[in-house]
Amino acid sequence: MNDVHNEKGTNKSLSLFFKSSFIVSAVIILISSILLYFTFTFDIVPPILNRGIQPATFPKALLILIIALTLLTYFISLKNPWKNEKKLPNSFYITLLSFVVFITVSKFLDFFLGIALLSIIVSYFWGERRVAYLIMVSIIFPLIVFVFFETILGLRFPPGIITNLYYG
Amino acid sequence: MENLGLIFAPLFSYKLLIVLFFGTIFGLILGVLPGLGPTTGGALILPFTMTLDPLSAIVLLTAIYCAGTYGGAITAILINTPGTPAAAATCLDGYPLAQKGEAGRALGMATVSSVIGGIASVVVLIFFAPLLANLAYEFGQPEYFALAIFGLTMLASIGEGSPIKNLIAGAFGILISTVGKDFMTSIDRFTFGINELTEGIGFIPVVVGLFAISEMLTQSTLINQILNRVALKAVKLPSIDDYKKTWKTIIRSSGIGSFIGVLPAEGGTVASLIGYAEAKRWSKKPEDFGKGSIEGIAGAEAANNAATGGAMVPTLALGIPGSATTAVILTGLIIHGVRPGPDLFREQPEFLYGIFGSMLIANILFFVLGFFGAKIFARITLVPNKLLWPMIFAVSVCGTYSLNQSIIDVWLMLLFGVIGFFMRRYGFSVVPIIIGLILGELVEGTLRQSLVIFDGNWLMFLQRPIALTFFVLSLIALSFPLIKRKKKNDKV
Repeated sequence: MNDVHNEKGTNKSLSLFFKSSFIVSAVIILISSILLYFTFTFDIVPPILNRGIQPATFPKALLILIIALTLLTYFISLKNPWKNEKKLPNSFYITLLSFVVFITVSKFLDFFLGIALLSIIVSYFWGERRVAYLIMVSIIFPLIVFVFFETILGLRFPPGIITNLYYG
Repeated sequence: MENLGLIFAPLFSYKLLIVLFFGTIFGLILGVLPGLGPTTGGALILPFTMTLDPLSAIVLLTAIYCAGTYGGAITAILINTPGTPAAAATCLDGYPLAQKGEAGRALGMATVSSVIGGIASVVVLIFFAPLLANLAYEFGQPEYFALAIFGLTMLASIGEGSPIKNLIAGAFGILISTVGKDFMTSIDRFTFGINELTEGIGFIPVVVGLFAISEMLTQSTLINQILNRVALKAVKLPSIDDYKKTWKTIIRSSGIGSFIGVLPAEGGTVASLIGYAEAKRWSKKPEDFGKGSIEGIAGAEAANNAATGGAMVPTLALGIPGSATTAVILTGLIIHGVRPGPDLFREQPEFLYGIFGSMLIANILFFVLGFFGAKIFARITLVPNKLLWPMIFAVSVCGTYSLNQSIIDVWLMLLFGVIGFFMRRYGFSVVPIIIGLILGELVEGTLRQSLVIFDGNWLMFLQRPIALTFFVLSLIALSFPLIKRKKKNDKV
């Protein structure tokens, strides 16, 4: 659905380090290397309890495989460059920011307040301006979901300033 | 064969019929809404199934699977946006035909070919799954390990996108399955001192994150997109002339879809593309394809629905998911305490044949509901994204939280949503992650148990004929994209 243009045609002048294939490969290799380092901190099982291989061996092999395949992908991309995606719009960053708001509010204030705030932010910045609709997505719908999960599934939601009122 | 009569059991259970009815409606709604679909919908509904008995729960999920796969065609034909990835090929001819004022005819053909494809694949499932399960009695740990590797390599080679990127995603999925206490030695792995991670990362946060949340982020980049909707008066049954033009295509695509479905790949998506390409290749009027060919719609739709039954074959007979949605169904089976595999066929035939029968009924139900209700279902697409996605977020968060009542699961869901968004943006499919996560424990467990049996001698794998066959097939699967590329280059 996104409009794309070929990196081959437009990004020739760009430095190698700004190509998406380089950045993505570098991120994957960096994260994999950090995780690989952590595998060396796993406890070692004495030979008598060890069944087949050490617990760290399998994840180590997977991470080495991921690094090797990522390098291969990168070298292939030098010959066949990836499509260069368009710049992300502000609405994406606002949505991402709303996730941070949700995590913070649900952790320190209230789970449902977090959902309500996220809903209102997303709905508003995606173009909804009608107050009735904003109230519907941010208050009425989460309330229906809450009652449904609480009564039908017997779920107890985490304590917070609003849920505490309900639970007394 | 003596169990075939059990197929009709769901017809005599009002409870199962109600579950089927609602599952079909829910599946149609999910299929119609672009960005959702049976995989995400199945994952969202999984926590709710805990209130049902195991058979009803799986019947609900399979009804969503069958109806959701068909539902994607409604949006593909009316707004040129596939409701599900499996309906992408349907857009190519469905929308041009609708633009010519024949939306009803296009939807009628999509409905009929979907039902025929779906029913044909359930017949394949009924006869082929028990045979495969019987074969699986011969499998030991090394054979299961080789089979899982074969499944992953097949996924990489015939799935969508770059095979190497698919392999990276599959390996990442297996890596996620290693988080938590090692199931053989109880040693913590990648827990970083977080107690909640000792039990591992659950399937629901990953699948809801990778599908629903990453799609929400994708939709956030498309808020200015304008969809052109074609008006629909009523769905029309295909004419005799249309049947004459398409019956061979429908039969061929039903066969292709069932076969592709059995292979562990992206099921309906790949099946519909191949079904469409073959319909064009065999057509007397290939030049009409892309301009509103009725054969194109039949080829794509029969194939993607035929993949549903096919994908259930390895899921039920071997416990290896044939597609992303069957991975959700497999999770449903596991959380309800049902272990798929040969023993299930021997010990609980009424359960399995109940699923087969329900899939048959679901196909008939979505035919009726699709035929008479397509106009209503099409109106669901009028719900604007700015209202729909915040609501999906609320359900995703509560559904993910509900399974273990863990806020960490919700955070993981968001994390995987962001990871999924960037993976999709840079050409990585997220489906191999799901399959890798499901197969991860099987791959590692069978490898380690095999090494215990072989006393650490890796070469012993090569002395097991079935395992060796799967390894050879894996090598062929891996070299297939290279051969394809070489052929393409030679042609150029």
